[in-house]
Amino acid sequence: MDLLVPTLFFIVGSLVFISITFGVWRLLRPHRPDANKLTAYECGEEPVGSAHGLFNSRFYIIALVFLLFEAELLFLFPWAVAAFRSQAAASTAWATFVSIEIFLFIFILAVGLGYVWRKGYFNWGKMNYSQTLIQNSPIPRSVYEAFNKRQ
Amino acid sequence: MPTTILLFLFFLGFLLLYTVLAVYAERKMAAFIQDRLGPMETGYYGLLQTVADLLKMLQKEDIVLRGADGVLFRAAPFVIFASVFAGFCFIPLAPQGIGSESTTGIFALLAIVSLDVMGILMAGWGSNNKFSMLGAMRSVAQIVSYEVPLGLAVLCVAVCAGTLNLQEMAWQQGIFAIESHAWGGVFSWYVVRYPLLLPVFLIFFTASLAECNRAPFDLPEAESELVAGYQTEYAGFRWGILMLTEYGMMLLVSLLSAVLFFGAWNTPLPNVGIVRLAEWTSGTPGHISAWLWGAFWLLGKGLLLVGLQMWVRWTYPRLRIDQLMSLCWKYLTPAALLLLLLCSLTKLIF
Repeated sequence: MDLLVPTLFFIVGSLVFISITFGVWRLLRPHRPDANKLTAYECGEEPVGSAHGLFNSRFYIIALVFLLFEAELLFLFPWAVAAFRSQAAASTAWATFVSIEIFLFIFILAVGLGYVWRKGYFNWGKMNYSQTLIQNSPIPRSVYEAFNKRQ
Repeated sequence: MPTTILLFLFFLGFLLLYTVLAVYAERKMAAFIQDRLGPMETGYYGLLQTVADLLKMLQKEDIVLRGADGVLFRAAPFVIFASVFAGFCFIPLAPQGIGSESTTGIFALLAIVSLDVMGILMAGWGSNNKFSMLGAMRSVAQIVSYEVPLGLAVLCVAVCAGTLNLQEMAWQQGIFAIESHAWGGVFSWYVVRYPLLLPVFLIFFTASLAECNRAPFDLPEAESELVAGYQTEYAGFRWGILMLTEYGMMLLVSLLSAVLFFGAWNTPLPNVGIVRLAEWTSGTPGHISAWLWGAFWLLGKGLLLVGLQMWVRWTYPRLRIDQLMSLCWKYLTPAALLLLLLCSLTKLIF
């Protein structure tokens, strides 16, 4: 109850606050939409296609790695509180137990990090866009190479 | 419950006043750092500039694009603001002055504030604009990545404190603690009592800049490539709420680092001999004086850290996306893991 009621109060309160400000805004603002205003901004050009398309899979890998780490963090929080209660920490058995746990937990986290690192998922490698462009281009490749040499 | 209502009203009012002044302060600070004057025309020394901007914003047309997902687009500011503002519920403003007495305060705070990511994704997808979409993707990737070092840094403090309740942490860092520290003041702050927490603070501060999408981690809003990121298609007061949230987030993480490292609502002045500076500047818990002193010290520390964030913004250049990711995963996360190990060992030995 200590958690739920105040948090809900803050959330609902802030929603009410935004609704009130939007209400005031509604009273003051003009409403004159036209076709040009309602097109997406693409630096003054006519928008091409829809933004609801494919996205880069690198974002997916980051999300996946985050999920793994966050799950481990989730377990570390209760451990951080339970392990260091001053009464319990006095006994040697408890201290040994806790220190083994520390190494085990952090070792698991570190191994996970090392694995993902080794797999190269943290390398935000450069996409070779120019190669693809050249392949699809009607201009022969040698023209590009000659141009690059001249630079 | 009366405390919760009081704190809700206080934080809402303070957030509005602070945002108006902080936008002005940031523009002035940027101007002085870049050797120009900044806003000068509206009001004395440009003081009314933000108020004028606010009034202008209220008269702007509401534009929801053709082809946009209207529901997501309209709901996004609500989700973003509510999730950040709910975080203030766990900040102890004074002795006995905390919105939620929950024993898992900091944990709940991190959980609720990370819902912000949902709102950003809703805004980016709902806009049906390529800039918004890319901005939202980058923003989400960045925020979730930096949540790992941020969580580990918080964990280091939790290990040292032995509690997840921010109010309990605040009590421990002052002259009212059960195991009282003779001098009080700055000497009972966590960052002084546990020197290992100084590098932890640096990690926390860096990660919190990324969480706020602030420079040098403002790639999601990089104006030279993405116009304004997920905010591109927002106009009028709906955009105003997004701006309010950005400044609210800055204040929230600053208050949080004040609580975690710099003594929360406790005075920085120590008791020296018969000069009882700490006692004179703390008030009596439960009395109105403790509320006033507590709010003064906590908000003062928070605002100083917000100033530091602004200073960083106008000093360092923006990182590239691959540098951003390698800083988070290859430097901050291993460093935070190591510090967590050291913190728990220190705690176990002493």
